[in-house]
Amino acid sequence: MASQKRITKELGDLMNSPPPGIAVALADEANLYQWKVTMEGPAGSPYAGGKFDLSINLPQNYPFKPPTVVFTTKIYHPNISNDSPPNSGTMCLGMLKDSEWKPSTKMSAVLEFARQLLKEPNPDDAVETKIAEQYRNDRGAYEKEARDWVKRYASGKK
Amino acid sequence: MDSEDEFMSEPPSGDEIDFDEGTQDSDIGSLSGDFDHDHDNGFGYEKDILANPQKPYEVDYRILSPKDIHSHQERQFNEVSSIIELPPEQAAILLRYMRWNKEKLIESYMDNPEQVLEAAGLGPTLAASPKTKTVKGFTCEICYEDDPTMQTYAMKCGHRYCVGCYSHYLTQKVKEEGEAARIECPFDGCHRIVDSKSLKLLVDPSIQDRYEVLLTRTYVDDKDNLKWCPAPECEYAVECAVKKRDLNHIVPTVRCAYDHSFCFGCSLSDHRPAPCSLVKQWLKKCEDDSETSNWISANTKECPKCRSTIEKNGGCNHMTCRKCKHEFCWMCMGPWSEHGTSWYNCNRFEEKSGADARDAQARSRHSLERYLHYYNRYANHEQSAKLDKDLWIKTEKKMTSLQTQSNMSWIEVQFLDTASKALQACRQTLKWTYAFAFYLQRNNMTEIFEDNQKDLEMAVENLSQMFEKPVNELGSLKVEILDKTTYCNRRREILLSDTAENLKKGTGCTSLV
Ligand SMILES: [Zn+2]
Ligand SMILES: [Zn+2]
Ligand SMILES: [Zn+2]
Ligand SMILES: [Zn+2]
Ligand SMILES: [Zn+2]
Repeated sequence: MASQKRITKELGDLMNSPPPGIAVALADEANLYQWKVTMEGPAGSPYAGGKFDLSINLPQNYPFKPPTVVFTTKIYHPNISNDSPPNSGTMCLGMLKDSEWKPSTKMSAVLEFARQLLKEPNPDDAVETKIAEQYRNDRGAYEKEARDWVKRYASGKK
Repeated sequence: MDSEDEFMSEPPSGDEIDFDEGTQDSDIGSLSGDFDHDHDNGFGYEKDILANPQKPYEVDYRILSPKDIHSHQERQFNEVSSIIELPPEQAAILLRYMRWNKEKLIESYMDNPEQVLEAAGLGPTLAASPKTKTVKGFTCEICYEDDPTMQTYAMKCGHRYCVGCYSHYLTQKVKEEGEAARIECPFDGCHRIVDSKSLKLLVDPSIQDRYEVLLTRTYVDDKDNLKWCPAPECEYAVECAVKKRDLNHIVPTVRCAYDHSFCFGCSLSDHRPAPCSLVKQWLKKCEDDSETSNWISANTKECPKCRSTIEKNGGCNHMTCRKCKHEFCWMCMGPWSEHGTSWYNCNRFEEKSGADARDAQARSRHSLERYLHYYNRYANHEQSAKLDKDLWIKTEKKMTSLQTQSNMSWIEVQFLDTASKALQACRQTLKWTYAFAFYLQRNNMTEIFEDNQKDLEMAVENLSQMFEKPVNELGSLKVEILDKTTYCNRRREILLSDTAENLKKGTGCTSLV
């Protein structure tokens, strides 16, 4: 099957030379389609020092359909939902929409994009509109709140 | 009743309308044969719209078949192609990209061709017909297969993938996502649009067909003066010049080649006389208030006299209680005797009690009652139309089985079909008159409107009543039914004409912006 060869290759590349601040593993050794990613909060952002867990689900017809990317660690961010499950942690990323996804896009690009988004939120395309508003109008308060959440949820102590 | 004089002084279309006042209650049908042509087809007059719209409630429009739509597009491809000197396939992409604004396309192309081509995803031009090929040492970046015998494909942008992946990608876009005019190259960040030649090289014929259908869809979707017939599976479109901003003054009702009638403005089924914006408001209100008003449309009620339960099974609102023989009106529950002779205002809501209401609670109760008054009648006509139709279907079946016994031929009983269609159309109109009335400002026009409404309602109930007669009696009622049908259609025409005239003048509705 086309997707298995592609996923194996991508996974191998990501494990051999991981992008900065990103570690990828299979959530379950027997299942190529379920990934577990640990992402370090980028330096110079309020998320610095935090460790975030992401759960990635590749659809059966990957790479023709986009993966779903979910933050399992709570995070205060305009583009990441902090709704109750099943929407909690879902990410709003244009490139992950069916209509915008291209089959040539690699998971490394998706993950790097997600990490970049921690550094530079996109308030115009927000899921958490209140946070987006605060990000625009009171950057200091936003950063403080984000840092508090990092301490509470993403300090790596469990 | 004086509203007749109003009609007389301002005939809707120059037709002769000659109503004999005295005949209304008992003998509606005795109009002279002036409208005989309507007997053949209750809606004959609507079929002539194309030739010359004559009634104030009609609009000019043209029906387009799938073939017409196709040739319209071809013509424009060729036209643009010859002006800007590019092959028709590329003219097609440019036109679709520019949402069929030919003038704008030509102007901006003449201004800066490279920029337009780039923006439309055409990049540097291609001329030759596209081909797939094998490439030594090639690995497909989608599936990571590197079999040297594998066929591959790339458009002019050079982003090459194996044919299997390319085709899977395109098939999914067309089949699952319904994309056609704006499918991009599979490469992340490349916005080149896949042209139809490339697509046809790579996908199965069934997908190609679907692609063509979708392309045609975008043609109609992108043009403001074209609309698809909303009936399921209907492939016809309608061309009409009525603009969005005109919709408060006209209800552009059109009809496709299969006789599906719909509103060009909002694609809902015929909602004359109410304008689109009002319909939208009304439907929203009904949805919001559905709990309060659910009980109203229920099919059983109690007899106002003896309280025994009565079920409604025909469309007619003239009810007779089986137990006590009390005759009453299903809509207002008032005695029927007051409906026929004196003008019992079943259709009019008494505003007076509201004006007196002092406290807020009374006012809010009044406003709910007012809404329920109109909603009740609106829902009731919707329901009655359905019941009328069910009854006709049942009757039709019975007649088929009885045909051998009766000495009427099938053609001869078609007057019942005509009558049934008239009932449907009239109830549809009546239904919307109640939504309309809910938003109607109380002025001197209102009275005329309500009289029109009442007259149509009476006519409809009279005809509807005939439908509940035993099948073997229907034959002898032919002349009467025909006359009542004609009368109903005329009343509907008058009501629609009057309201359309007023809408055009911009008088009437409170909440139209
Ligand atoms: Zn491939
Ligand atoms: Zn490309
Ligand atoms: Zn149709
Ligand atoms: Zn409409
Ligand atoms: Zn009774």
